Amino acid sequence: MTPILSIRDLTVEIPTRHGILRPVSGVSYDIAAGEILGVVGESGAGKSMAGNAVIGLLSPPAHIAQGEIHVNGARIDHLEGDAMRRLRGKEIGMVFQDPLTSLNPLLRIGDQLTETMLAHLDISRSEADRRAVAALEEVGIPGAAERVGSYPHEFSGGMRQRVVIALALCAEPSLIIADEPTTALDVSVQAQIIALLKKLCRERGTAVMLITHDMGVIAEAADRVAVMYAGQLAELGPVRDVLTAPHHPYTDGLMGSTPLASRGKDRLHQIPGAMPRLDALPEGCAFHPRCPYVQDACRVSPGPRIEDGAGRAACLFPMTREAVA
Amino acid sequence: MALVDIHNLTRIFDVSKPWLNRVVERREKSYLTAVSDVSFEIAERSVYALVGESGSGKSTIGKMLVGLLGPSSGAVEIRGIDLARESDAAKIDAVRRDIQMIFQDPFASLNPRWRVRDIIVEPVAARGGDTDGMAERLLEQVGLSARDAGKFPHEFSGGQRQRICIARALASEPKLIVCDEPTSALDVSVQAQVLNLMSDLKDTFGLTYLFISHDLTVVQHMADRIGVLYLGRLVEEADPDALFDDPKHPYSQMLLAAAPQLDSFGRDVPPPTGEIPDPINPPTGCAYHPRCPLAAEICSQKRPEMREIRGARVACHMAE
Repeated sequence: MTPILSIRDLTVEIPTRHGILRPVSGVSYDIAAGEILGVVGESGAGKSMAGNAVIGLLSPPAHIAQGEIHVNGARIDHLEGDAMRRLRGKEIGMVFQDPLTSLNPLLRIGDQLTETMLAHLDISRSEADRRAVAALEEVGIPGAAERVGSYPHEFSGGMRQRVVIALALCAEPSLIIADEPTTALDVSVQAQIIALLKKLCRERGTAVMLITHDMGVIAEAADRVAVMYAGQLAELGPVRDVLTAPHHPYTDGLMGSTPLASRGKDRLHQIPGAMPRLDALPEGCAFHPRCPYVQDACRVSPGPRIEDGAGRAACLFPMTREAVA
Repeated sequence: MALVDIHNLTRIFDVSKPWLNRVVERREKSYLTAVSDVSFEIAERSVYALVGESGSGKSTIGKMLVGLLGPSSGAVEIRGIDLARESDAAKIDAVRRDIQMIFQDPFASLNPRWRVRDIIVEPVAARGGDTDGMAERLLEQVGLSARDAGKFPHEFSGGQRQRICIARALASEPKLIVCDEPTSALDVSVQAQVLNLMSDLKDTFGLTYLFISHDLTVVQHMADRIGVLYLGRLVEEADPDALFDDPKHPYSQMLLAAAPQLDSFGRDVPPPTGEIPDPINPPTGCAYHPRCPLAAEICSQKRPEMREIRGARVACHMAE
């Protein structure tokens, strides 16, 4: 089966006075229909930049320098202007971190929904109105028929994020890119939004790219996980395998530094140092200065790449452990 | 004796519209009760954590503790001295010297035009103390280098800046540090470094922390005692093990169930219902009753008193 989204060897470059920066470098992964791929990493790892590249929202001078992006089998990375705009919303829906800035404060939410549908779907105005109410009902907004006439400021944060999700889904896209959709929300509301995303993804067979820094959210929502470090894919695999038995030392360190109930009050494991700046990436493997298992070869060779979105860890000496069942 | 004794603390904010609007639109004055009748004690050399969702009043309590806000009623007593009512300036000054604060955003809490050295020694220099070599010594204590004293804040990453904030908080040799979401703006690997540093410093200097956070796993890791806040009210107070293994208040139970766990693969629990109510018009009786699965008639009529249940203090009519 063709995956909904297929990224191959994607490289994003930003030319600067001091040389070319690569916030995303040689990244490959697929997302199948009905699958949630979690993309994790710390700030600056390039996880959002990869998402923006897919929907054509890189702000110049950042640009795709290399690689291919396919959505439903059609290549989209070279599309520009109107062609890209038709694709956005129609094929790819977007949910951003801050629901207040992704909604137009001057338009009633019903109008924002119908506008999107009329732009992308061949339906009548009254049909669009009917679907707008249905979309709000589907994302769990109580009294949807009355709330279509409300403005964004009349909703709470959690409800606004539901509206944004309705907006992303209303043109029935096959792929949703959710960039930190729950980071601005409280835990109880976050649980509601994650449950909603999972339900919609399962019912409609929508592919979801869930970008977040929260390992707990990934464990709960994602089917597979892609761990990014310094613009590169460090590890890719089924979420249970990657989180319980990481093969890449970076994933291992990340898991170890997350406070956990079972670990009690012991000191947290620390990854020494910080992620390198993009203009000062080390030779060889980008993680080697912080890696506890570093060997001479790591300082020279960047290690294997996860070429076809099927490999596991981009590490010369991956840790081999069995996943906890 | 407890280092901090907070009793019946209440803070009300006036959120009325301007006078002319009220007259024209015929609106009443409106008040927001950010903290309502909260009482707890913090033992010396312990970590007391306040958890709660946004609007629960946890930061407001922190600000009242350091004296950035005055209480509307009730009192904060530190070593028996009430900062808001004490008339002896020398006593107030002695207590204030013992309290410092670390804020959430390390980008906003350091003056970008000051060198790190000046930032760190300010709490001491402002009182005319001797600051010779102090910045260099503190920088090394928080894991930075003495050479960093001459740099500006923009030359540091988020985690390093939070270390500078910690060094500044330590400069006046405080007893109590109020930490308001100290790691929320940091990545998880950097968060681990900062949390470990805070634990080490607590042991070295015999510090007491009031640790304010929305992150339950961080709180569980750091705290000796945890207070759970909902809509400005303390709903449960317990030791970490008791709270996490056997939460007694329905809100604590909901909060723990909703928090994503690292081992919750494909978990399919029904998410919590409802949202935090409007604090300007809070529900009558127990503030949680509209969302509570145990709610009975009494819950909407009478606000529950704090009572002891197996070592925890719980404000709930129905909890057992």
